Amino acid sequence: MSAAGPPQSARPLGGAARSAVRGGRMSTASEAGISSVYAPRGFGLALETVGAWVLGILWVLPLAYAFWTAFHPPEFSTHFVLSAPLTLDNFVKAWHAAPFARYFLNTTLLVTMVLVAQLVLVTLAAYAFARFEFPGRNVLFALVLVQLMIMPDVLIVENYRTMTALGLKDTILAIGLPYVASAFGIFLLRQTFKTVPRELDEAARVEGCTPLQTLWKVYVPLARPTYLAYALVSVSYHWNNFLWPLIITNSVESRPVTVGLQVFSAGDQGIDWSIITAATLLSTGPLLVAFLLFQRQFVQSFMRAGIR
Amino acid sequence: MTRSREWLYAWLLLLPATVLLVLFTHYPAVANLWHSFFSTPKGARPATFVGLENYRTLFDDPIFWKAFANNLWYALGTIPLSIVLALVMAVWVNDRIAGRGLLRLAYFTPTILPMIAVANIWLFFYTPEYGLLEQVTGAFGLPRHNWLGSKSTALSALMVVTVWKEAGFFMIFYLAALQSMSPHLAEAAAIEGASRWYFFRRVTLPLLMPTTLFVLVNAVINAFRLVDHIVVMTRGGPDNATALLLYYIYEIGFRFWDSAYAAALTMVLLVLLGLVALAQFVFLERRTHYQ
Repeated sequence: MSAAGPPQSARPLGGAARSAVRGGRMSTASEAGISSVYAPRGFGLALETVGAWVLGILWVLPLAYAFWTAFHPPEFSTHFVLSAPLTLDNFVKAWHAAPFARYFLNTTLLVTMVLVAQLVLVTLAAYAFARFEFPGRNVLFALVLVQLMIMPDVLIVENYRTMTALGLKDTILAIGLPYVASAFGIFLLRQTFKTVPRELDEAARVEGCTPLQTLWKVYVPLARPTYLAYALVSVSYHWNNFLWPLIITNSVESRPVTVGLQVFSAGDQGIDWSIITAATLLSTGPLLVAFLLFQRQFVQSFMRAGIR
Repeated sequence: MTRSREWLYAWLLLLPATVLLVLFTHYPAVANLWHSFFSTPKGARPATFVGLENYRTLFDDPIFWKAFANNLWYALGTIPLSIVLALVMAVWVNDRIAGRGLLRLAYFTPTILPMIAVANIWLFFYTPEYGLLEQVTGAFGLPRHNWLGSKSTALSALMVVTVWKEAGFFMIFYLAALQSMSPHLAEAAAIEGASRWYFFRRVTLPLLMPTTLFVLVNAVINAFRLVDHIVVMTRGGPDNATALLLYYIYEIGFRFWDSAYAAALTMVLLVLLGLVALAQFVFLERRTHYQ
């Protein structure tokens, strides 16, 4: 996560010395958070460290268990000895037992399609809300905000009816379509666009840019961090989404990997946990690897997306 | 640009998003109400207007009330616990304790994983005899227990999964808030001789209030929106002990294909979410300024 600032081993003693030192490193103040005045020390720190680690171990335990089972032969799945041989057999078996390659392709298509469509629609709408005066603006914006509360996730019955009427049932398009006009994205981007100085906007217009050109040349480049944040949140949301895809898809050709995993593990596998956990890790693999590589961007994106 | 041209431009910019938003959020919400007054078409028999019949069924349906009560307990059991844990985690990884980078990672990772995958892992964790939990309790000589299979513990077992998955997510927001707090506050408080706990209670907590409200709203929505783990782990059982509202809607709508009754059930969920929105508007809007 966030890289630690300079090691703060020296603890200033007096109040004057303390503020003098702090003055010299304001950049690390935010890293220290609740300033070092109230940082735990001695016994308190030890207690806190132990507590944090116990909780941390509890938190990774289910995952560690899944990893153990997936990477060892079935006879060791609940038998913890260091001499247990490592194996990739479970992954190979899982990969061949269900069309995971196709599921991955479907999820990739879904996530890409949704993201690209979202970015376009959300950008246009956010621009209108941020920089245009027009009748009905507040009413329309309120109507957008409704979706923050009533998400497509709970409107499954009616959306299924609509998709059937549109003839889109069991397509990747049908999985993504209800989420494309994202209120969250419109809201987030509108906030960002509002912080763009109007002078830049006006300068571009004086140069003869149309509003769309201004949007493309001024607003979009300045909102890049917001776009990254939104993209990461969107991709992980749609990679993980399950209930709606479960309902609307019915074939290997359209199922995303989450539904594929469920069909596979609820199927006639019996209870071969080694293969099921391998399949589970397999299906989360790309996202997990991406997360571990880009932890900082992920965490900052989630923060940025949450603070509004 | 003239004013009317600017209006036109703005409306055109909004058109694509509005069409989809209306089609998949506003229309279904209204159509849902409409369809809840009709019967489910069966075979050659088309839907007929039945007035409040579906709501009468709902009122007399013990499983609906069970799911409703379950959902309230589920919300009550998961929301406060995940928020308190999130706050504790954030305070811990914000302090300079050994290995806090690793700890942040440990707390946050469940958030990234799909609920469906997480549910599979926990299903294994809870498995009678083979599961890790049984092995641990067995080592302490405790009697065997089927955590997901018995009515008394199934819902609690699911709550644990939810808390495990959500706490790290909420931690991020608390951490961001803690890190943006001015260190001068603590210095001033220290000069006044405030204890650490006093400072936390009287300064830190009030300053975290907007974060808490934001997290709270998200937690409440999630408690009614996310049922993936139920599909995987219990399918609402045993004896509807873990049926939540949305899961019951899914069962009625897509396993029994009674779309009219499912529409009436959905209305209950929409009203609940509407109440949350209203509460947020009344309490939260005053504090965080949407500008």
